[in-house]
Amino acid sequence: MAAPMSSVGKPSAERSPFNTTSFQKKTRSKLISIPGTRPSVQNGQLLVSTGVTSLDYLLGGGLAVGTVILIEEDRYDSYSRMILKYFLAEGVVCRHELFVAAAQDNPDDILQELPAPILDDVAIHKPVEQPRLSCEAHNSLDAMKIAWRYQNLPKVQSALASSSRFGHYYDVSKTMEPEIRQAAKCHRFYPTEHPTQSSPTHSSMPESYSALLKSLQEVILREGFDVAAPMSNSRNILRIGLHSLGSALWGDDLCCHDNPRHGHALTTFLYGLRALLRSSLSVAVVTVPSHLIQDRALMGSITRLCDNAIALESFKGSERETNPLYKDYHAEPLPSRPPLPSPVPTPEALEQENPKLGNRFPPNTSLSFCLYSPPRSSPVAPNA
Amino acid sequence: MYTELNSILNTNPDSFTQGEFVLLSDRKSDASFLIHHFLSLYLRARCKVWFLGLVQSFNHYSAISQRLGVSLAQAKEKGQLVFLEGLNESLSVLIPQETDTRSQAMGFLRDPAVGLKSLYEFVRSSVTSSGGGEAGADGAEEWGPPVLLVDDLSVLLSLGGNVVMLVRCDGEEEEEDDGDDEGSERLLKGLTHQCSLTLHVQGLPTGFCRDIHGQVEVCWRRRQGDGQYTQKKLFQYKVHDKGVSFFAPGTSSAVL
Repeated sequence: MAAPMSSVGKPSAERSPFNTTSFQKKTRSKLISIPGTRPSVQNGQLLVSTGVTSLDYLLGGGLAVGTVILIEEDRYDSYSRMILKYFLAEGVVCRHELFVAAAQDNPDDILQELPAPILDDVAIHKPVEQPRLSCEAHNSLDAMKIAWRYQNLPKVQSALASSSRFGHYYDVSKTMEPEIRQAAKCHRFYPTEHPTQSSPTHSSMPESYSALLKSLQEVILREGFDVAAPMSNSRNILRIGLHSLGSALWGDDLCCHDNPRHGHALTTFLYGLRALLRSSLSVAVVTVPSHLIQDRALMGSITRLCDNAIALESFKGSERETNPLYKDYHAEPLPSRPPLPSPVPTPEALEQENPKLGNRFPPNTSLSFCLYSPPRSSPVAPNA
Repeated sequence: MYTELNSILNTNPDSFTQGEFVLLSDRKSDASFLIHHFLSLYLRARCKVWFLGLVQSFNHYSAISQRLGVSLAQAKEKGQLVFLEGLNESLSVLIPQETDTRSQAMGFLRDPAVGLKSLYEFVRSSVTSSGGGEAGADGAEEWGPPVLLVDDLSVLLSLGGNVVMLVRCDGEEEEEDDGDDEGSERLLKGLTHQCSLTLHVQGLPTGFCRDIHGQVEVCWRRRQGDGQYTQKKLFQYKVHDKGVSFFAPGTSSAVL
């Protein structure tokens, strides 16, 4: 029972010099369309995919550009990390730029563990053929007689042609090929690499947060993600992944004490992050180890400062692991906050659907990450 | 401006009482649609409006007000609207640059010990400097009574500020507040005691419904003679693209 041969193959470094057609779709609006995004059907906001299509559905089509989603980590940070990696992998496939910040692991390690995308073209990729001279084409047996305009095109489209789709599927059992990953531009932030300058004025945030905010602002301004920047032909989205904010490794004592000294450090940082996001073409995924934060009021403030929030509860080690109903599922996301306004469903709404994450393990296909509806047990008669 | 809400509250753009303090609060839901209502109402009523927009960008409010028929950019140009964009100002405070000469209204972000005094000073100086609606010699337009809107107070709490009770000016005041935990509960109670009109937004107690997005409890507190007179009313609402419809519980168009 081997895994299927859905090898991605080597993507060609250069695109084919010929397009199939010179037809260009006439767009009604003057908005520049950015690859990997689509407008929301509800309110026209620009959405990007989180990488997990079922999570996109939960969020109402995708993550709106300029917003932040908070993921409350599960106990061992397994599934929140996976969602973060899916988010970054989606950015690579859509050719967005990435910004990864982590205190616990080097961001490079996270980038090397991205899941491999499953793309449509299963056929083996042939190297791009040289444009043949027309006389040669006529002589060869393969010369096309009817569709001769397509004679000089490569036989198979390059592997990343499906990047115009919204939302892709990934195979967690494999990591993304280095060539694909290196094609995307990544910015990193690792607190130990940044020398902490002693701030002369008393600051409300630990230095790592201030440095992170500053680094983010620099990247946004330098790479032209600012909304105020002059509109050029190609705009892109910056995907920001911030891992385990609030943990002690960021210099924040939120998780260590009941009455932390910098009680409002994380909320201040999130406020600054919101300010940066609202004025630029970027989206952020922030994971927070909420099970370590004792102050529920503070956790409530943190949740309210983010536009979307889900909490993950892993079944590992809990009683649910032994319950036969849950044997196919590994964790449970609970939306901890209603999504952005108009219309606003109450939290009960989403809990009723209550999808659960699952890593189903059918025998011979790849592993993937999806949300499913909760398992329903049929009413069991007491004597049955 | 939602016409149904106007009839419920007995307000209209031409006349409303001065010296009022209106509180908008919500629990596990989002009362921001009410802020947009009051903003467009007072702009249409030709009042001078000070708006502390701390949670969203100016474009957000502007886009929604556009749908309600009011142009914030125009009002700002004419001088009718004074807008403090909290998010923008906060960046200059949180990421200090070398040359920083902008107003330090959000200075409390850098140093919570200082408190919200600088914000208060900003509001007070801005209100007094404009003189509260006098016609100037250079032909400045005369606006109606001043109105202060704050969106939203719980953000100030989250960011560590000690919320000082704003001294009321001659005009009206509106605030929005999320009540969900101790600190903001206390604040909510204190404010509810002081205000003359409360609108409290909640989700439906029975759960999610596609046609009814929640309920609003309106509470008037009036002084009549010796005692206080409190009147409460409950409505359910549904948010549409260009407005909100309010109806008595159980009379939603989906049900009837």
